[in-house]
Amino acid sequence: METTISPPRIRTWLNDFGISAVIAVVVIVAIFWGYVTSPQVTTAVLASTLRQSTPLVLGALCGLMGERSGIINIGIEGQMLLAAFIGFLANVYTGNLLLAVLAGVLTGAIMGALLAFMSVTLKMDQIIAGTVINILAFGLTGYYYQQGLTTQGKLLPISLGPLAEIPLIGPVLFRNPPITFATLILIFVIHYVLFYTRWGLRTRAVGEHPSAADTVGINVYFVRYTNVIIGGAIAGLAGAYLTLEAVGSFERAMTNGRGFVALAVMIFGKWTPLGSWGAALLFGLTTALQTQLQFGGRLAIPHQFIGMLPYVLTIVVLAGFVGRARPPAAIGQPYETE
Amino acid sequence: MTKVDAPIVLEAKGVTKRFPGVLANDRIDLKLRQGEILALLGENGAGKSTLMNILYGLYHPDEGEIWIKGEHLQLGSPRDAIARGVGMVHQHFQLVPVMTVAENVMLGAEVTRAGGRLDRREAARRVRALSDKYGLRVDPSAVVEDLPVGTLQRVEIIKALYRHADILILDEPTAVLTPQEANDLFRIMHDLTEQGVSIIFITHKLKEVLAVADRIGVLRGGRMVGTTTPAEATEASLAEMMVGRKVILQVEKSAAHPGRPVLQVENLTVRDERNHVMVADVSLEVRAGEILGIAGVQGNGQRELVEALTGLRPIESGRILVEGQEYTSASPRQITEMGVAHIPEDREKHGLVMAYSIADNMVLNQYYQSPYASGPVLDQDKIEDHGRLLVKEYDVRTPSIFTLARNLSGGNKQKVIVAREFSRPVKLLIANQPTRGIDVGSIEFVHKQIVAQRDRGVAVLLVSAELDEVLSVSDRVAVMFDGRIVKTLPIAEATRERLGMLMAGSEA
Repeated sequence: METTISPPRIRTWLNDFGISAVIAVVVIVAIFWGYVTSPQVTTAVLASTLRQSTPLVLGALCGLMGERSGIINIGIEGQMLLAAFIGFLANVYTGNLLLAVLAGVLTGAIMGALLAFMSVTLKMDQIIAGTVINILAFGLTGYYYQQGLTTQGKLLPISLGPLAEIPLIGPVLFRNPPITFATLILIFVIHYVLFYTRWGLRTRAVGEHPSAADTVGINVYFVRYTNVIIGGAIAGLAGAYLTLEAVGSFERAMTNGRGFVALAVMIFGKWTPLGSWGAALLFGLTTALQTQLQFGGRLAIPHQFIGMLPYVLTIVVLAGFVGRARPPAAIGQPYETE
Repeated sequence: MTKVDAPIVLEAKGVTKRFPGVLANDRIDLKLRQGEILALLGENGAGKSTLMNILYGLYHPDEGEIWIKGEHLQLGSPRDAIARGVGMVHQHFQLVPVMTVAENVMLGAEVTRAGGRLDRREAARRVRALSDKYGLRVDPSAVVEDLPVGTLQRVEIIKALYRHADILILDEPTAVLTPQEANDLFRIMHDLTEQGVSIIFITHKLKEVLAVADRIGVLRGGRMVGTTTPAEATEASLAEMMVGRKVILQVEKSAAHPGRPVLQVENLTVRDERNHVMVADVSLEVRAGEILGIAGVQGNGQRELVEALTGLRPIESGRILVEGQEYTSASPRQITEMGVAHIPEDREKHGLVMAYSIADNMVLNQYYQSPYASGPVLDQDKIEDHGRLLVKEYDVRTPSIFTLARNLSGGNKQKVIVAREFSRPVKLLIANQPTRGIDVGSIEFVHKQIVAQRDRGVAVLLVSAELDEVLSVSDRVAVMFDGRIVKTLPIAEATRERLGMLMAGSEA
């Protein structure tokens, strides 16, 4: 008798992601139809979708690293914002883009360590701990912000040779700046780590049933610290993306709620990296469409209503309209070793 | 080789552990020989769990030494104990519900292939090998949350064996099992010792100790008060060692004289949070002056039945009548005011307000009525007098009536609830697991009180997963399985074997 065991099988996958699959099919058909009618606009919308989705999916990866190990992170917004700011400053004063990105990532990691310290060691309420992070980031960046600074250069798109020449897919997927490429890789890496490696198994065990992990000799605190810090670093990368790759300058509160939308993305993606990517693309698409519709000027609806789209989608997702999602069982509960 | 001169594999010498205000272990000596089953008997709070947690490296002893296989050890964490071959099956299963059996088994000691990739196939193969070797039937690919408790226990044992444990600590392993599952477990334990595994078996059930142990150690108040063997001991002598005084194990009661029907349940169907039907078309009747016991393995709808009867859970269909009066959708307060007393299953969650004093907890069912309140104002003096009276009458061991409920021991918490529920005239008593997790002395007390209520003409519905309790207290027994009452028997026809079969779902 040989039974193999594997993570999500086709049927459970359909149960879990059925609605998402339907949405995906609809979107793909719409894209195809769009490409046939006006290829240029469609390519522009899709490229914009990917750009918009990048900080969201990074934020969601940050959130799910934490939550899979049992720590709720509502400080993603603050982690991104401060990382964006520090990365920006690092570039302004050194002129080095790589150094600036590293500074952003490091800032995020430090903010992650702070969150872990408050949630794991001090056993604070995790919502409060996240709020502390957010307020800290808004305060610091608001206080030290100086107008008129701009970055020295921006991270520029790289074309992956002939791949970038494929119609539609080429310019969208294979001609992107470095952080966007890094994000695409990171999604798969984290998915692999979470579901196919020792570390992932331990992380999920800690997030579901920490005392079960403890009794087989797994250090719950260590697992939580590590995941929250790595998550913070990923949020830091999202911050670096905003200033160094997307905009090229810093503005007050420039994260603009992306850290919170990232949480919705994570939930919509059922706490999985691939699911979050799909959700982030959907959110990115609504934002891209919104921009396109506004500039296209062909709609009679006031632009404020179109501008609401991503946020309405967030509310719909968080209100639980989209499928059954089961969070890790132990999230939000500080673990007390005996 | 006889077990008496087998080598000692584990020894505790003078182990002492203090918690703030409590001496949990007081110079405990313990020896475990290879291939034997050592039963550790003691009441709640006697220090059994503390001692086991020390042996497993979860606690550090303040004084004393642990020797494992001739080595003096400082156990820093479970990792050290696991590395020395000590495995523990906790009372509350330490399994991750959403993961498979194989994933749970390998957690913390994973098998990986190149690149750190988990080798789930190899893990499954090892689980199957262990399950074949020791007769522990499990499917490695099953998801833990879908499995019955009896199987979960086998998973826990495999988990320990997978780590090459040859010293197994089983903490109250039979608490959640049917008699058949418990017998299965005893057979497995026996097979394991045949293969050289040594077992420490913690329990407070006297019958089990006499049935399976090679030696018995009794703990009381943090001290090892004696060791004996099943051949030398009887239930009565063990109970006396545990409690420190003579205990009457048999509930003394005269024959019941059932009167008019008090509780009538007709075709009751109830669903749980996940919308599963948990109580399916149940009809039953309890008369004044009789005790109807509901036997069944936990999770067969008893909780939902009690919650529906006490107004805590909406009813899908069916009727509930008390003394002929309909109270199908009444609120808990209306039900209370109709003269229904409720001893809930979870005393800490539903029985007491943990942050309130004993006195306040004792008026929770009537604080808003005279004499405890006039209008919106509470009469503290009356509440305190009431508290003092009940503490004395029900022998609640507490420094004062102002002590917070959370600071009481399990048995005393239970006494506070019993006192409150019996402190006013009632017609119907619904008692769900009234003696769960409390010591032999308190069990005796609670049983006496329940029988006394019956003799006063109260109708009693007793729900219990303890077969002994159902058998010794009830006048009639109904067996619940899979949401249905499968059989109702007069007590004279109810034997352990028959009830055990019915509880497992097979018609006897």
